[in-house]
Amino acid sequence: MKLRLLIPLVATAALLGLLFLGLGQNSRDLPSPLVGKPAPPFALEALEDAEVILTEQDFIGEVALVNVWATWCSTCRSEKPLLMELARGGIPIHAFNYRDERDAALRYLSVSDNPYRTIAYDPVGDAGIDWGVYATPETYVLDAEGVIRYKRIGPLTRQLLLDEVLPLIERLRAETPRAERRARQAKRIAPS
Amino acid sequence: MMSRLLILPLAWLLPTGLAMALAIGQPLEFSSEAQRRQYDSLVRELRCTVCQSETIHESNAELAADMRRRVYDMTLAGHDADAIVDFMVQRYGDYVRYRPPLQANTLLLWASPALLLLGGGVVWWRVVAGRRGGVGRAEFTAAERAMLDRLRQGEDAGRPQ
Amino acid sequence: MVAELGNFALVLALCLALAQSVLPLLGARLGDARLMRSARSLAAGQFVFLSLSLAVLAWAFVAGDFTVRYVAGHSSLEQPLIYRLTAVWGGHEGSLLLWVFLLGAWGAAVAGFSQSLPREMLARVLAVLGMVGVGFIAFTLFTSNPFERIVPGPGEGRGMNPLLQDPGMILHPPLLYMGYVGTAVVFAFAMAALLGGRLDPAWARWSRPWTTLAWVFLTLGIAVGAWWAYYELGWGGWWFWDPVENASFLPWLTATALLHSLAVTEKRGGFKVWTLLLAIVTFALTVLGAFIVRSGVITSVHAFATDPERGVFLLGLLTLTLFGSLTVYAWRAPRVGLGGGFAWCSRESLLLANNVLLTVACVAVFIGTLYPLALDALGLGKISVGPPYFDAVFAPLMLPLLLLVGLGPAVAWKQANPGEAFRQLRWVLLISVVAGGLWPLSLGAWHPLTALSLMLACWIVLTALLDIRKRLGSARQPLVARLRKAMRPSFLGMHLAHGGLALVVVAIAMVNTYEVERDVRLAPGQSASAAGYDFTLQRMERIRGPNWEADQAVVEVAREGRPVARLTPQRRYYDTHAEMPMNQASLDRAPTRDVYVSLGERLDGGAWSFRLYYKPYMAWMWCGGLLLALGGLLAAGDKRYRLAASRAARLMPGPATGQPREVASR
Repeated sequence: MKLRLLIPLVATAALLGLLFLGLGQNSRDLPSPLVGKPAPPFALEALEDAEVILTEQDFIGEVALVNVWATWCSTCRSEKPLLMELARGGIPIHAFNYRDERDAALRYLSVSDNPYRTIAYDPVGDAGIDWGVYATPETYVLDAEGVIRYKRIGPLTRQLLLDEVLPLIERLRAETPRAERRARQAKRIAPS
Repeated sequence: MMSRLLILPLAWLLPTGLAMALAIGQPLEFSSEAQRRQYDSLVRELRCTVCQSETIHESNAELAADMRRRVYDMTLAGHDADAIVDFMVQRYGDYVRYRPPLQANTLLLWASPALLLLGGGVVWWRVVAGRRGGVGRAEFTAAERAMLDRLRQGEDAGRPQ
Repeated sequence: MVAELGNFALVLALCLALAQSVLPLLGARLGDARLMRSARSLAAGQFVFLSLSLAVLAWAFVAGDFTVRYVAGHSSLEQPLIYRLTAVWGGHEGSLLLWVFLLGAWGAAVAGFSQSLPREMLARVLAVLGMVGVGFIAFTLFTSNPFERIVPGPGEGRGMNPLLQDPGMILHPPLLYMGYVGTAVVFAFAMAALLGGRLDPAWARWSRPWTTLAWVFLTLGIAVGAWWAYYELGWGGWWFWDPVENASFLPWLTATALLHSLAVTEKRGGFKVWTLLLAIVTFALTVLGAFIVRSGVITSVHAFATDPERGVFLLGLLTLTLFGSLTVYAWRAPRVGLGGGFAWCSRESLLLANNVLLTVACVAVFIGTLYPLALDALGLGKISVGPPYFDAVFAPLMLPLLLLVGLGPAVAWKQANPGEAFRQLRWVLLISVVAGGLWPLSLGAWHPLTALSLMLACWIVLTALLDIRKRLGSARQPLVARLRKAMRPSFLGMHLAHGGLALVVVAIAMVNTYEVERDVRLAPGQSASAAGYDFTLQRMERIRGPNWEADQAVVEVAREGRPVARLTPQRRYYDTHAEMPMNQASLDRAPTRDVYVSLGERLDGGAWSFRLYYKPYMAWMWCGGLLLALGGLLAAGDKRYRLAASRAARLMPGPATGQPREVASR
């Protein structure tokens, strides 16, 4: 009899504990199963020039960030200064201009800083689906082999950069032998 | 339900403001009835990952529209339902499936109704077996019966059976 | 200054609730009649101040006092008056104030209508209600105060979410909250019984009408919510197994089980311990529901705007409720008697099976709702559990229950003869199988599960009719006497409610199987057809409402050349939320089908996209919901319970010492 009455008490305690854990959960941690997988292929026009077709190969070659942004996204605008700092610090940033209008995007970039090295124009979110984009802004870290190593849904923050992104980039860079990186850079620069 | 209507999605998750209206776009053409059925059932089982509890069928969020279009394209291209679900799961995780797959971490979920029913059946049987002996036993103690009799004086003539 | 008055009234209500949760208990303990009597005046006072508080908030909305943050966030000047009033409960803070106001109303009602209860009992019931009041009023005051100011206030409010500017908003939240809060009364009765050690059949009679009433409101609240979602969301869905919906469904399931278990406790003195546990669990589930809805823990993607403080507070309330009540339960419950024995074929055993099925269904839905949270909290992955899962799990549990619904009332208490029961019911069984089997053919294709559901629905209705006929008895007695006997409200109420359930089952089976949905593109003058109906777009027009503009389509619906209806679906753009167009679907309702049109986007070439629906038997669902509630209302109003209470007061005052009286246990 005693035991039978204890069971509800224990079950209740377990439930409450679970709910408490649930409260402490970081709700922004959306699943990103692409981490650890190669960058998904795509073929899109470059934002600046509709004649140029960009593919995932244009994002691959060295440790880099891929940022998903749009002009209608105010959070993207507020995270751009951080991206500028990263770009000035020598970290290549590629981008998807997501569900945007080409003119608006070009105008926006012409009157403000442009942290992006390559911008693929994705007006209908095609590559967005392939890359598992939830919403803007999102930021991926690619290693030199083009494998996605990190994904952030939502805006980057300085704290996040210091705690997670920059140490990861350091580590990934160390993984890639310097010489090999140089060679790739040379190859990339040569045709252009 | 109303409470469902109350919750607004995150502003940063949604492109052009809040997309609350119903998703009704261009009617879709399919090359076969089977394809239409596959599309209809898939869009009702995939979750709009940025919405509050909506399938991509209902949601008017742009991401849901993109996902619908991808489901449509893949269906037309001849991919079967499993392949399309796999494609989505690879990009958005199991979170995108409203029908959770049967795997290690959902074993308990899928097994629980059967286990519960079994447990309930055992409880029913044991209780009934335990009480069967007491069919002759009075349901109330003498004091309770006296009290009930007094209570019943207030009722009209027709006794409950 | 007026908002501060509301705040002040709320503080006073909290103080009274505090007193109400302590003094009467003390009185019952010491046998002090004055302290016990104070419960009633305290409950009345609490209600008065809560009413004042709610009235003040309503006034702030009517007057458009945008220095009150909540008012500015949920209304605008051009919002029609009725929606400025309903905006009182259009957001978290105000809906919580409505919640505590209704709690006060239930408390005052218990104090007013249960004067005939033994005074210790009433004192304890009101004290427990006082404690619940303390918890929720404190939650409102300290974490979600609707009277908070912003200075300077904006010149214009942000307006209420257009989805909520609808007649459904007037009815649904108050009804649902009445149900939620009603479970607190049920809980208070159970706790009072445990505290007083008084768990006799008289107790079951006193708490039964309150339980039934709470269940009626819960039923109506859920039904109106479904009805609202059906026409408002524009896709014709009425139930999505969303965590927030499940939060209201879980207590409904246990309350339904409780109603049936209480019948055994009252009539046969059995299932006492179980009845008490159900009463506790039902209330705990409503608190859990509040936690799920208001803490943002389940729909964690959207936890952005919610305040973790609220979640912690509600979790604290839930913990107190559960541990407080379960401790008292563990301490007292073993002392109560078992009640009479019964055979395996008896109404008791069938009601037990009903309770087992309802409980299993409730736990299954509970697990499905919380499973994603559990996995996430334990770091085991992120999954979604949605309609495909719940449909697969819930239907198989409900089908046997439907069989029991028809069987139960036909089987005698204590011990029945299974052969005899079968002989009585075999024709009904046969007719149900044939009718249910043929019915789907009227709509085309035949599906086994649909046919089975329809058979069970027929079964429920026919067994009820048979039972009523049996009650009417032989023709020898005068008809009036027979009618009086048969039409006893609690008996009739039961069968009405069961019939309502049958209607809901028919609607669900039919609409799930035979619903037709078509997306079409129409330019003015063009037509399309779905399910035998032709839809012709006459013209598009632009219209202006009080605080919105809309594109409106005029669609003629015809069947075989004969006009059926003229539908006017709209796409509305509210002034305060112009970027968020709203679908206003248009329906033509008929007894066995709804025709439903939603207007989509403007396409090129002057055409628009439309979604056409044919929804068979939807009206039966709403009728069924009403019948369920009506049946409950009839049963709750049965004179028997009121007489029982008033007699009890005169004939058997509780023990004067106030010491717990033990009921003999076996």
